[in-house]
Amino acid sequence: MSAATSAGPGGTLTGLRRGVASALHRRPRLQLGLLLTPPLAWLGVIYLGSLAVLFLSAFWRLDPDTTQIVQEPSLVNFETLANTEVYRVIALRTIGIAAAVTITDAALAFPLAYYMARVASPRVRNLLFIAVLMPLWSSYLVRVYSWRIILSEEGPLNWLLGLVGLSGPGFGEISIWLVFSYIWLPYMILPVYAGLERIPASLLEASGDLGAHGLTTLRRVVVPLAFPAIVAGSIFTFSLTLGDYITPQLVSSTQFIGNVVYSNVGVAGNLPFAAAFATVPVMVMAVYLIGARRLGAFEAL
Amino acid sequence: MTRRFLSLAAAAMLIAAACQAQATPTVGPTATPTAPPAATPTAPPATATPEPTPAGPTPIASIGAGEGELNIIIWPGYAEEGLNEPAYDWIHPFETETGCQVTTKEAATSDEMVQLLRQGGGTVYDGLSASGDASNRLIEGGDLAAVDPSIFPDFNDIWPPLQSPAHNTVDGVHYGVSHGWGANLLMWNTDVVTTAPDSWSVVFDANSPYKGKVTAYDSPIYIADAALYLSFARPDLGITDPYELTQAQLDASVEILKDQKTVVGKYWSYYGDQITDFENGDSVLGTTWPYQVTVLKGEEVPIEAGLPREGATGWADSWMMSANAKHPNCMLMWMAWMITPETQQQVAEYFGEAPANIKACDLIETSPGPWGYQGFCADQHASDPDYAARIKFWKTPSTDCGDARGKTCTDYSVWTQKWAEIKG
Repeated sequence: MSAATSAGPGGTLTGLRRGVASALHRRPRLQLGLLLTPPLAWLGVIYLGSLAVLFLSAFWRLDPDTTQIVQEPSLVNFETLANTEVYRVIALRTIGIAAAVTITDAALAFPLAYYMARVASPRVRNLLFIAVLMPLWSSYLVRVYSWRIILSEEGPLNWLLGLVGLSGPGFGEISIWLVFSYIWLPYMILPVYAGLERIPASLLEASGDLGAHGLTTLRRVVVPLAFPAIVAGSIFTFSLTLGDYITPQLVSSTQFIGNVVYSNVGVAGNLPFAAAFATVPVMVMAVYLIGARRLGAFEAL
Repeated sequence: MTRRFLSLAAAAMLIAAACQAQATPTVGPTATPTAPPAATPTAPPATATPEPTPAGPTPIASIGAGEGELNIIIWPGYAEEGLNEPAYDWIHPFETETGCQVTTKEAATSDEMVQLLRQGGGTVYDGLSASGDASNRLIEGGDLAAVDPSIFPDFNDIWPPLQSPAHNTVDGVHYGVSHGWGANLLMWNTDVVTTAPDSWSVVFDANSPYKGKVTAYDSPIYIADAALYLSFARPDLGITDPYELTQAQLDASVEILKDQKTVVGKYWSYYGDQITDFENGDSVLGTTWPYQVTVLKGEEVPIEAGLPREGATGWADSWMMSANAKHPNCMLMWMAWMITPETQQQVAEYFGEAPANIKACDLIETSPGPWGYQGFCADQHASDPDYAARIKFWKTPSTDCGDARGKTCTDYSVWTQKWAEIKG
């Protein structure tokens, strides 16, 4: 009896499920569409949507008398940005340090990644992997604060340099560069490693067989083939540096674009101006990504 | 193989993202508890007229039965449940006594507080620990409930100048009760700075012998410190209130801050960072809060701090209730709770500020908690009107000068842009 009653709705449900399943099976495009809708909606609404709002609000302005945001299009924020020297300096500093960090990380990451991919035994390679990934298991803040101690007046770096009569960089642009180079290094090592690992050994052997020295092989074969991977890694190091505002605040007295954005969002409540300045790194990254795509970085990811 | 490492890389990114997300709230807030400005025009609070004819809203005159729940917006450190130091817990005893379960929401700026309180038409949160700039904005916006202070048994023990200060009492109507206050002091390392400075001029000296070791507070509101100094050093500018600056007065203040920048080693925005900087000698001279002084002295770092002859900037905060609070009785009980001598002792010791309720000082004298000590209130000048009169309590600058000059002053968004220029 009970079996009969429950079989009724159960049967319909199973039938419905079958119907849907076979309908989907016959329409692979619909199936794909349903699968992709949630992530695409997420990306479209949450990410692109907020980006659109950011761009839009950059053209609004703050009325200083009422501290209300006036939602009429105007270029006043961009005029302030263009006409005030300090914002140009800050933008150039941010981009300059991001570029310096990227170059430093590429130079540091390449030999290590090469060793891991081509020379090291599997055991050593695994150990190196753990060593590279280990810092990522600790909080970003912990690592920046450690650098504060390292760089401080009576810190280990000054003590060490003091032995040879030098003194450390203190807290300024150099300290920002040092700390960022350290923090983002793993993001460069991993893609470069993946790129180097993909180069067929036969190419290297062929290069050797044709009489090329190790250095020539490196210059003419390995680096060109691994270059897209380096560019891929540089996307991480460059964009992460560009958007950061915590490290500059903790290890220096200078400002990044992010610091200016942050302080305008605070008590000042000048969201339109913050949005206008925030479009600068977005533009820079857009240009950077277009360049990276030309260099084949996306295939290397 | 490659595939595996890509997933590793992806995992690494996720970890980093998580770390950053976690990092932001900790460091971001420019200032912990004080960030918030507070407005008590210096001397006058004492004279603020008690109870003329209350105009407008009818003050709430009784506390009913609790609703079992309370949601409040707080400055970090203003509502503790013993997580940092078990002895400092004034949430659990409140919950036991009143049956109101407390949920706190920390805010980093006065703006954030205003926005949070206005959520859902003021029904999401029952109240907040507002600073001067936020409180007056909220009172003007009609977001706060008027309260008859006689319903709080301990109200009469509040230091008279803080009973009806302009930042929580308008036209004789009370919108909140005072929580505590403090001054931004001048601190120096006694090993390096051997003669005790008695003027802010030492931090604005472009030829300072302490070049690279001077520190300053990293916030646009610090412009007021320069303005306060200029009101003495450059009387020709006619600065009467360091928060109400005309363009010319602001420019002069910005000028000396740009000079100061050449001798500043590190600006501080988070009090813990300043403690470290003084511990390891990166900073030897600059503005500070009483809290850091207490901590550093406790660690026997050779520092001294004082109120220079020009006076100083400072803060004073109040507990206030939303006009549309869902749990009004619990909020009123919380306000009553926050000004009892016992709670005030905990608040004052934990945060290192002067308590609003002076009876707390007797408790600190007789039985100081782990972070308190005999003479704490004397150090904080908790009931010293001459001292309070020399403090210009934080408030947010607006275009309205608040006097005969009319709307010719510079507002906080201008200050923010000037601050970016100063830091370069």
